[in-house]
Amino acid sequence: MNTFLAEELNLQISSTKQLRSTIVNLSHSHRVLSFAEMVSSQNENSLLSSEGDSQRTQYPYVTGTSVIGIKYKDGILMAADMGGSYGSTIRYKSVERLKQVGKHSLIGASGEISDFQEILKYLDELILHDNMWDDGNSLGPKEVHNYLTRVMYNRRNKFDPLWNSLILGGVKNGKKYLGSVSMIGVHFEDDHVATGFGNHLARPILREEWREDLTFEEGVKLLEKCMRNLLYRDRSAVNKLQIAKITEEGLTISQPYSLKTFWNFAAFQNPTVGAEGSW
Amino acid sequence: MSTEAMDVPKAGFSFDLCRRNEMLTKKGLKSPGYLKTGTTIVGLIFENGVILGADTRATEGPIVADKNCEKIHYMAPNIYCCGAGTAADTEAVTDNISSQLKLHRYHTGRESRVVTALTLLKFHLFRYQGHVSAALVLGGVDVTGPHLHTIYPHGSTDTLPFATMGSGSLAAMAIFESEYREGLTREEGVNLVTKAICSGIFNDLGSGSNVDVCVIEKGKKEYLRNHLTPNPRTYISSKGYTFSKKTEVLLTKITPLKELVDVVQVGGGDAMEE
Repeated sequence: MNTFLAEELNLQISSTKQLRSTIVNLSHSHRVLSFAEMVSSQNENSLLSSEGDSQRTQYPYVTGTSVIGIKYKDGILMAADMGGSYGSTIRYKSVERLKQVGKHSLIGASGEISDFQEILKYLDELILHDNMWDDGNSLGPKEVHNYLTRVMYNRRNKFDPLWNSLILGGVKNGKKYLGSVSMIGVHFEDDHVATGFGNHLARPILREEWREDLTFEEGVKLLEKCMRNLLYRDRSAVNKLQIAKITEEGLTISQPYSLKTFWNFAAFQNPTVGAEGSW
Repeated sequence: MSTEAMDVPKAGFSFDLCRRNEMLTKKGLKSPGYLKTGTTIVGLIFENGVILGADTRATEGPIVADKNCEKIHYMAPNIYCCGAGTAADTEAVTDNISSQLKLHRYHTGRESRVVTALTLLKFHLFRYQGHVSAALVLGGVDVTGPHLHTIYPHGSTDTLPFATMGSGSLAAMAIFESEYREGLTREEGVNLVTKAICSGIFNDLGSGSNVDVCVIEKGKKEYLRNHLTPNPRTYISSKGYTFSKKTEVLLTKITPLKELVDVVQVGGGDAMEE
């Protein structure tokens, strides 16, 4: 259909979009093209169009790897590395994946970075509207978590998900809150959460060693233990991480730093000493 | 090697029965599902030797087929092998290579070496191009010292100070990566292995039930079957299972079974006597 019209109009047209814009431009002078307008607009919104020609997010491009969050004595601690991978290359090494949201909350995201930036825009708008009420009250972490859940779930229902796994933590009026939302809208609240690979590598450690009354230093040590594990065993991890702390007083995100790693096991020095000629 | 002299395998891959299986499926026979061992298996090297550990759950899809199976297989008096993947494949391949090792011991008159077992397993699995779904953690102590290897279904191997395999390998590796040091004592080693298997049991759905441990040192080995049982049956009624007193007994009748055969002694002696 496209090519027949294009030939008619003597134009080189390569996509439905181009054709539509051309038609719109000509519609004022050529009323006969109104049928084409109807047909092409039908194609776009047709319930019968398969996912194959969908214009929505099918797969992520630039991704961040795991985020880990724990509750500790005074509030919430979250850790994330600063890597942005483009498929199998580590393309960006200074991506901040931990951000403040309003007065009481902290968000950490893994998955598609551009979708995370979109989410930050939505949250910015949400906090702005909340401030405009100027009523002395501000949105707490539970409310922000609920908002994010609704956003993620509704996008998923439209087959156009925001390709992220989010961790939301914060303290309001002395009450600590730590929750997680996935890209399809699965949400829950827990004492320790992780996204992506962190679920497999960090969660077992947290289940063993997390306690209600961790001090700040103990919490950081626990997070570093998990992040070191991820650094060894997750291919998309980079050795440059930030740790964020949120308490009733406020939020601080640390400067980026690296972890010490150990590679000097005897078996690594001379791997084939027990099996000459092997690999 | 004399074992192979009598039965030289054809070069390349032996897929003899595949055509038969295809024909049977076409005729309508549903091929049986595989009993897999969704598993956590681990091994580590400590100051005097090797410690192997495994969980004891065998799964068939979502069902637990065997609550207490044995995943640490005997290869030689000084070599043991943990197996993950298809249960039949791990059993068969370890049994096969164990027999070959025994014949080799008779032939050479020496204790088997871990590299021998490694090479035999590796060549066998590569020959089957990954269709023999056996992922193994092989460990032992021989005259050259303690060794620990992992073997993948396609035939590649690694030599490591600590290793995990199976569906619970990430949970167990998390424990190893954070707590393994060189020169662990026997007790520390066993505790670490138990902790890693428990991490697999409680964090992975494919692993469960009990912990098996095997400690191999120079000149001796100790197979600790069900070293830890962290999943006992709870809620067992202490009173046992009895009928309530209110159940009425309607009738008690004993019917002796009729004897259809008359046993007659003939000749007064041995029935076999002519």
